[in-house]
Amino acid sequence: MSNLEVLKTYKLYIGGAFPRTESGRFYAPVSKHGEVLGNICLSSRKDLRNAVVAARKAQGPWEERSAFNRSQILYRIAELFSDRKEIFLKEFQKQGSSPEEARLEFSTTLDRIVYYAGWCDKFNQVLSSVNPVNSSHFNFSTCEPMGIVALIAPQNTALIGLVSLILPALAGGNTLVALASETLPISAISFAEVLNDSDVPAGVINILTGKQEEIAPIMASHMDINAFISSDLGAIENAIAEACIDNLKRKFTYTEDFNQRESQGLTFIADLQEIKTTWHPIENIGGSTSTY
Amino acid sequence: MLESNQHSIFQTINAASPIDKVGVEERVARFQTRSIKDDAKAQGLKMVLSMIDLTTLEGKDTPGKVKQMCFKAHHLHDLHPNLPQVAAVCVYPSMVTIAKQALKGTSVKIASVATAFPSGQSNLEIKLADVKLAVDSGADEIDMVISRGKFLSGEYNFVFDEIGMIKEACGVARLKVILETGELCTLDNVRKASDIAMYAGADFIKTSTGKIQPAATMQVTYTMLLAIKDYFEATGKMIGMKPAGGISTSKLALHNLVMVNEILGPNWLHNEWFRFGASSLANDVLMQLLKLESGSYQSPNYFTLD
Repeated sequence: MSNLEVLKTYKLYIGGAFPRTESGRFYAPVSKHGEVLGNICLSSRKDLRNAVVAARKAQGPWEERSAFNRSQILYRIAELFSDRKEIFLKEFQKQGSSPEEARLEFSTTLDRIVYYAGWCDKFNQVLSSVNPVNSSHFNFSTCEPMGIVALIAPQNTALIGLVSLILPALAGGNTLVALASETLPISAISFAEVLNDSDVPAGVINILTGKQEEIAPIMASHMDINAFISSDLGAIENAIAEACIDNLKRKFTYTEDFNQRESQGLTFIADLQEIKTTWHPIENIGGSTSTY
Repeated sequence: MLESNQHSIFQTINAASPIDKVGVEERVARFQTRSIKDDAKAQGLKMVLSMIDLTTLEGKDTPGKVKQMCFKAHHLHDLHPNLPQVAAVCVYPSMVTIAKQALKGTSVKIASVATAFPSGQSNLEIKLADVKLAVDSGADEIDMVISRGKFLSGEYNFVFDEIGMIKEACGVARLKVILETGELCTLDNVRKASDIAMYAGADFIKTSTGKIQPAATMQVTYTMLLAIKDYFEATGKMIGMKPAGGISTSKLALHNLVMVNEILGPNWLHNEWFRFGASSLANDVLMQLLKLESGSYQSPNYFTLD
């Protein structure tokens, strides 16, 4: 006897919970094989607002965790992601990938998570410096996370684009509000379930689904978002860049093909860090009488 | 004469029918589904601002903190013209003098808690002295706490008499009676305490001290508003309402206004008769107002810290 097919409802991921959109709206994206992927939440500006509130609440505590602990948590994401290989392979194929493409996307994604997990407690040493100054000061520059990062995931990949931009932001102590690919949204939500089961605290990552023309402008003008990252947004790119000016958001556009193994690196982490320079009054540094 | 008069009052108080908790919850849920359009919302938010009792009641309060809050009371957000000022500031008796100086020349009122706030665990002499200190220092309004222990052990006469004597000590200052509903356990008790307070001479009834959770839930406020309505119908006297504690978002504040309007009517939609006791509500309301005007969501970074 076979059971009835039990279909999964794909919902949003906000503040560690999986609510439906407050607007009650949905859309039904179709894969390139003509299969309807499901009724997907069409997020509204209020969902975004709620996600930002959750991200702001989570940001301080996330930043204050030790870098080593962040590293452990990111590695835990890889553990659980690996555990659910079958689910993701199935979803990639449902969204139009060939079995081989699906396997490749899965393994690249897994490697990328582990790669950035390793950077958590190392990037600050590489990006920081002790600066020579012409006075009796110990002068050093170190990294601080920007805060809340808004992310429009690349449209052409189901997961690797999203993960390639989420992970470096997380490693650096930022929290995120991400909009999944409009046409390939379902594995983004399954990934949210992985995040929720890892030790990632509630609100650190929030994932919405919906239309980028609707959500991107509101992200760009939101005064409590500190950085805006995306792939090329095409026609709306200029308008978005202008809207980012009001609160001096950092804005980065990435055109890399994230399926490539080499589309990763320290620069993705560094882009989302502010550099803080400290002048500490002290006797001479490095001279024969110095104790430093 | 007094004896028989009191007798009839207690008959009235005991006559209030038991509260149907499930019914209250359903009714309250319906206030939260009203669609409020932008124009009405902007007007409502400004009304909320004008009804706030900006509050600081911490052991760590300093004169500096109180002065800063008083400044904020009449300069809510200077970048934005045409904002109302808040109704009052609410402080401890020891800070009333400082607040009085800081608010000289403005119409912001000064409310002071008294009567061994927040527990109320002291004797009558000390409570009266506490009230006198606040009134002599220049408080316009006194927020007293009832003796919850006495109330819960059934000594309603004691609670009634105490409120009456505090009222007398207030002189011209308006008296707000804090029921501390979080400690009264049931809505029936909330109703009974409301009736006692109003018949004993309260000008306002107030939900909570803000020190105990749950504080001003809509269920509790609803129950108290109904008590005010019944009292008004019986005596023709208007009593004010002040939910305090836990109202920190604009949305919740607007829901409260909807509720007041639908139960007591527009006569109560004025800071003479309705107040919010809150510390962080003002900033949220300001952020929502600016969102309405600019179209973009605001960040707390651009507003005062407290």
